[in-house]
Amino acid sequence: MKIAIIDYGAGNVQSVLFALERLGFEGIVTNDWKTIKKADKVIFPGVGEASSAMKMLVNSGLDVLIPTLKQPVLGICLGMQLMCKHSEEGNTNGLGIFDVNVVKFSQEVKVPQMGWNTIYNLKTPLFEGIKENEFMYLVHSFYASLSENTIATTNYEHEYSTALKRDNFFGVQFHPEKSGILGEQILKNFLNL
Amino acid sequence: MLTKRIIPCLDIKNGRTVKGVNFVDLKDAGDPVELAKKYTETGADELVFLDISATEERRATLIDLVRKVAAAINIPFTVGGGISSLADVDVLLRNGADKISINSSAVKNPNLINEIAAKYGSQCVVVAIDAKQIDGEWIVHLVGGKVPTELNLFDWAKEVEQRGAGEILFTSMNNDGTKNGFANEALAKLSEIVNIPIIASGGAGTMEHFAETFINGNADAALAASVFHYQEIEIPKLKKYLKGKEINIRL
Repeated sequence: MKIAIIDYGAGNVQSVLFALERLGFEGIVTNDWKTIKKADKVIFPGVGEASSAMKMLVNSGLDVLIPTLKQPVLGICLGMQLMCKHSEEGNTNGLGIFDVNVVKFSQEVKVPQMGWNTIYNLKTPLFEGIKENEFMYLVHSFYASLSENTIATTNYEHEYSTALKRDNFFGVQFHPEKSGILGEQILKNFLNL
Repeated sequence: MLTKRIIPCLDIKNGRTVKGVNFVDLKDAGDPVELAKKYTETGADELVFLDISATEERRATLIDLVRKVAAAINIPFTVGGGISSLADVDVLLRNGADKISINSSAVKNPNLINEIAAKYGSQCVVVAIDAKQIDGEWIVHLVGGKVPTELNLFDWAKEVEQRGAGEILFTSMNNDGTKNGFANEALAKLSEIVNIPIIASGGAGTMEHFAETFINGNADAALAASVFHYQEIEIPKLKKYLKGKEINIRL
């Protein structure tokens, strides 16, 4: 299986690569259109700031490519947020794949949310074998609201989309590559789609 | 509900784990990769690696260690010690570290916090603060607590938050190594004045100390080294105990 990990200068791609290795797969870190288009699965990782990450996507033309992909695509953390319509972080438009905006947690809670929280209302085969209310590792200051695309929910301050899906596009706010054995199971499920 | 985190800290010197009492008198407590795996399996929520060796050649050793740890474990980990530039941060993150922790270099060059946060996001910037209470005032110290600064702990904490730190790792030098409990009063005050997560460090001796720092100190996470390394406290037992105290814990 060919797994492309989109490289646009943002993010800890090494952790994703190592997680794939632990599952017995090899990923290719690339920003090459052909390689990405031909891959069986595409992972779109990212940590950092939304508007600067979006600029990097635009500069490499990946903002045009990603929404046209036909194979299963998994956005992780900032990757998921960039697949939404708009982000309050740096007031930037996203790729518009998910029909939802990304906004900041209020000062009523500590920001960023950092640590292990539960995921529930799980839908789609991405969560095959994952029970309701298992813990995943999250680090983020901005969140995607609940929407028609929501396939998993987390509660911090209030409920929000901790995973989204539309057509062949999946996004997770938590870090499956850093969420223990269950996180690895979710990655495996994605690779099995 | 977001859970409170239990974080074993591995002090690293020349690729090996060490832990001193009051930061002096170091003892060897094992191989970092093996320890990291063991902690992951027993339910640690995160790990912190502090490199306390301080020469040029140790950089390569540390990077090698970061890669090995990142390959072996599936929970997040933070690396600190001697990080003083964006280039240092870059190489550690590229090799698999999830967060970096800066201490003295942040005091000497506070702008480094802004730079790292702008480039990689606040979520990967932990500012470690060592402070000692002297005549009632909490004073920030450097070099493992040996060198006092003119900074007040709470002023400095506010400043690092404003500059973009995503988390504060607060070590009380009065408590560190004593096993008499964490500095809960100062911790609670920190949580009041800043709105980023606070990791309590220094003073863990018993399971009760962890409960106290979560309940009275409002800490978001608690870090300890020797009590875990020498198995005086086992993490599964600790987490069960905390859960029994109605503290949100990942089991």
